[in-house]
Amino acid sequence: MATVDPTFAAAGSAAGRSSLPSRLHEWAVSVDHKRLGLMYIASGLLFFVVAGLEATAMRIQLAVPENDFVSPQTFNRLMTLHGTTMVFFVGMPIILGFANYLVPLMIGARDMAFPRLNAFSFWMSLFGGLLLYSSFLAAEGLFGGSAAPDVGWFAYAPLTERAFSPGNSTDYWNLAILVSGIGSIGTAINLIATTLCMRCRGMTLGKMPLLVWLNFVVAGLILIAIGPLTAAQIMLLLDRFLGAHFFDSQAGGSAVLWQHFFWIFGHPEVYILMVPGFAYASEIIPVFSRKVIFGYPIMVAASVAIGFISLSVWAHHMFAVGMTPAANTFFAVSTMLVAVPTGIKIFNWIATMWGGKIRFATPMLFCIAFLFQFLCAGLTGVMLACAPFDWQLTDSYFVVAHFHYVLIGGLLFTIFAAIYYWFPKATGRMLDETLGRWHFWLLVIGFNMTFLPQHFAGLAGMPRRIYTYEPGRGFEIWNQISSAGVIFQGAAIAFFLVNVVYSLARGAEAGDDPWDAWTLEWSTSSPPPAYNFEVLPEVRSRRPLWDLKHPDDPDWRYE
Amino acid sequence: MSVATDTAALEWRLPDRGRVAILALITAETAVFTIFVAAYLYYLGKSLGGPTPREVLRLPVAVSILLWSSSVTIHLAVRALRGARLQTFSLWWFLTIVLGALFLAGTGREWYRLIYQEGLTIRTNLFGTTFYALVGLHASHVIVGLTMLTTVFVLSLGGHVKAEHAGRAEVLSLYWHFVDAVWVVVFLVVYVVGR
Repeated sequence: MATVDPTFAAAGSAAGRSSLPSRLHEWAVSVDHKRLGLMYIASGLLFFVVAGLEATAMRIQLAVPENDFVSPQTFNRLMTLHGTTMVFFVGMPIILGFANYLVPLMIGARDMAFPRLNAFSFWMSLFGGLLLYSSFLAAEGLFGGSAAPDVGWFAYAPLTERAFSPGNSTDYWNLAILVSGIGSIGTAINLIATTLCMRCRGMTLGKMPLLVWLNFVVAGLILIAIGPLTAAQIMLLLDRFLGAHFFDSQAGGSAVLWQHFFWIFGHPEVYILMVPGFAYASEIIPVFSRKVIFGYPIMVAASVAIGFISLSVWAHHMFAVGMTPAANTFFAVSTMLVAVPTGIKIFNWIATMWGGKIRFATPMLFCIAFLFQFLCAGLTGVMLACAPFDWQLTDSYFVVAHFHYVLIGGLLFTIFAAIYYWFPKATGRMLDETLGRWHFWLLVIGFNMTFLPQHFAGLAGMPRRIYTYEPGRGFEIWNQISSAGVIFQGAAIAFFLVNVVYSLARGAEAGDDPWDAWTLEWSTSSPPPAYNFEVLPEVRSRRPLWDLKHPDDPDWRYE
Repeated sequence: MSVATDTAALEWRLPDRGRVAILALITAETAVFTIFVAAYLYYLGKSLGGPTPREVLRLPVAVSILLWSSSVTIHLAVRALRGARLQTFSLWWFLTIVLGALFLAGTGREWYRLIYQEGLTIRTNLFGTTFYALVGLHASHVIVGLTMLTTVFVLSLGGHVKAEHAGRAEVLSLYWHFVDAVWVVVFLVVYVVGR
C-alpha cells in the first residue's frame, strides 16, 4: 500500500517546527485543502463554544419564571447571535471543512480544483464571523444604537429597517452574512468542480463514496439557495443605506416578501446542513457494521430527491402569515413529501446494520443515537407540516424543540461521529475511547433533557423568543428540566475538548487505517502528506481498499 | 497504489474544471438575479406615487443591440485564439470591450436623464427602488466583465495571450454570454412587460 515518502514528510515537519510565528504563517498562507479543512472545522468549533455559551445564558434566564439574569434587550441579542452563529459560523464551516478535507482524499485527488479560491472562501467565512462579533466593539460607540444585532436569526422585515433598528448593529448582521455567503458559494463551486473534474482513474460517478455524492448535492443546493439570501441582503443594504423601499411597508414595500426570500434560502439551508450529516453516517455505519451500505443507488437517488424537494418547501415557515389555501396545501404536501426520501435513508442505514457485525466504537455510538433522535425530529417535522397543526404551534417551543432535534440530535451527533472517525486520519492519533464514551452518554442525556421537555412547554403554549414567563402557566417544570440538561451538555463538551487536547498529545498511534475501512483516504498515511497520494490511485469498485485487502474476492465482481 | 489489474484499455476523460466552475458560478448568479426579477415583477404597479415606468422609460434598443452583438464578437475572438490567429483575436476582443463600454455609457445616460430630468431616484418609489437595483445589478456585472476583458486585452498587447489560453478565454466568454443573456431577461421584464 502506498504511504508517504518519509524523507519528504520529515523535511516538511522539521521546517514546520522552527517557530510559532512561522508555523502560524504557514497555516495562514496555506492553500492545502487539508489545512483549510481543519481551519474551517477549528473555526466552527470555536464559534460553537461561543454560541453554546450564549445558549447557556438564555437557559439560565429561563430556568425560573420572572428571572432577571439578563435584560430583555440582552436576551434578544443572545438569541440573535446564537441562531446566526450556529447556522452560519458553526454549521456551515464545519460541514464545508469536512467536505474540503475528505472529498479530494476520497476521490483520489491531490487537492481541490481551485486551491486559491478555497483559501479565499475560508477566509471570507471566518472574517464574516469576526465581523458579526465585532458589532460588540463598534456599534454602540459610534451611533448610540444597540451593541449587537437583536433582530432574530431570520431578521424579519420591517424590524430591520432603519426606522426600527437604528444604529449599525443590524448592518453588522447583514454584512457578516453577505460576506460569509460569498465564501460558501466559492467553496460550493470548488466542490462541484473537484467532484466532476478531479476524480482518479476508474472513479465513475456511480463508484464515488456516498460522502462525495452527498456533498456534491449539498454544493448544488448552496449554489441555488445562497444566492437568494445574498440578493435579499443586498436589498436590505440598499434599504438601510440608500433609502430604497424593498421592505419598507410605509412606502408600499412588503414585509412578507422578505419572509419568502429568506426562507427560499432558509429551508434548503436546513438540508445544506443536514445532508452532510447523512454523508458521515453513510460512511461510518457500514464500516462499523462490517457490511456494504444497503441500497447505494437508492441512497444517491434519495439524496438528490431531498435536494430537489427541499427547494419547494420554504413557505411551511409561513403558514401563519395568511397565504391562500392553495399555497398552504402545496407547501404542506411538499413538506410531507420530503419525509419519503429521508425515511428511505433511515431504513437503508438500519438495513446496513441488520445482520452486521456491529462494533460499538464511539463514532458508531453517535451514529446510532443520531438515528433515534433524527427520527424524532422527522416525526415532529411531519406534524408541523400539517398547516392547521402548525397554526396552533407555530412560534412555540415545540418548533424550537423540533429544529434542535434536527440540528443537534441529527447534525451535531453525526459531526461528533465524524470527528471521532476521521480524527486519526487528520492527526495520526486516536481519540480516547473512555473519554469518548463519557462525552457520548453525557451529551445524549443532556441533549434529551434540554430539548425533549421543550416539546411539552410548546404544547402547553410557551412562545419562543420570550425572555421570561409568568409562574403558574405550566411552563416551570419543563424549563427547569431543560435548563438542568445544559449542565450535562456542558460537561459533555468539556469531556470532548479535554479528549481532543489529551489525544493530540498522548493519543494512541492510529496508523494508516485504524478502522479497517474501505475508502481511499485510509490508503494514505495519517496525517496524509501535502500531496495526498504518492501515486494517484485507480479504482474499480466503490470500496477500493476492500479490493486491495481481498484480491481473491474483490467488490468489482459484484457491482 | 494500483487497485485495478487491467486498466490500460480504460478511457478516462473528465470535464474541464474551468467550464464546470463558471457554469456553477452562473447558476449561483442566476439565483441572485431571479430574486431581483421576482421583486421587480412583484412590485409592478404597487408604487404609492409617480413616476411610473410608462411615463419615463424608453426602449433602449440601440444599446441593447450593441451588447448582444458583443456576444458574437467575443465568440469570434475565442475562435480566432483557438486557431492561433492572435491579431484577429485581439481585434475581436477589443471590439467586445468597446461594445460593452458603449452599453454601459448608454445605461449611464439613461440614469442621468431619469435622475436629473424625470426626478426618479432609488428613494422616489418602489419602481425606482426595484428599477435601479435590477438594472444596477446587471450594470455592475457588465463592469466586472469589462474589467476582466480589459485585463486580458492588456495581456494580449504584451503578447502574453496565446492559443493555449483559448480554454481560459472561453471561460471568460461564457461569463460574458451570461451577462448578455441576463440583459435579455431584464430588457423583457423592465422595458417590455413592465412598461
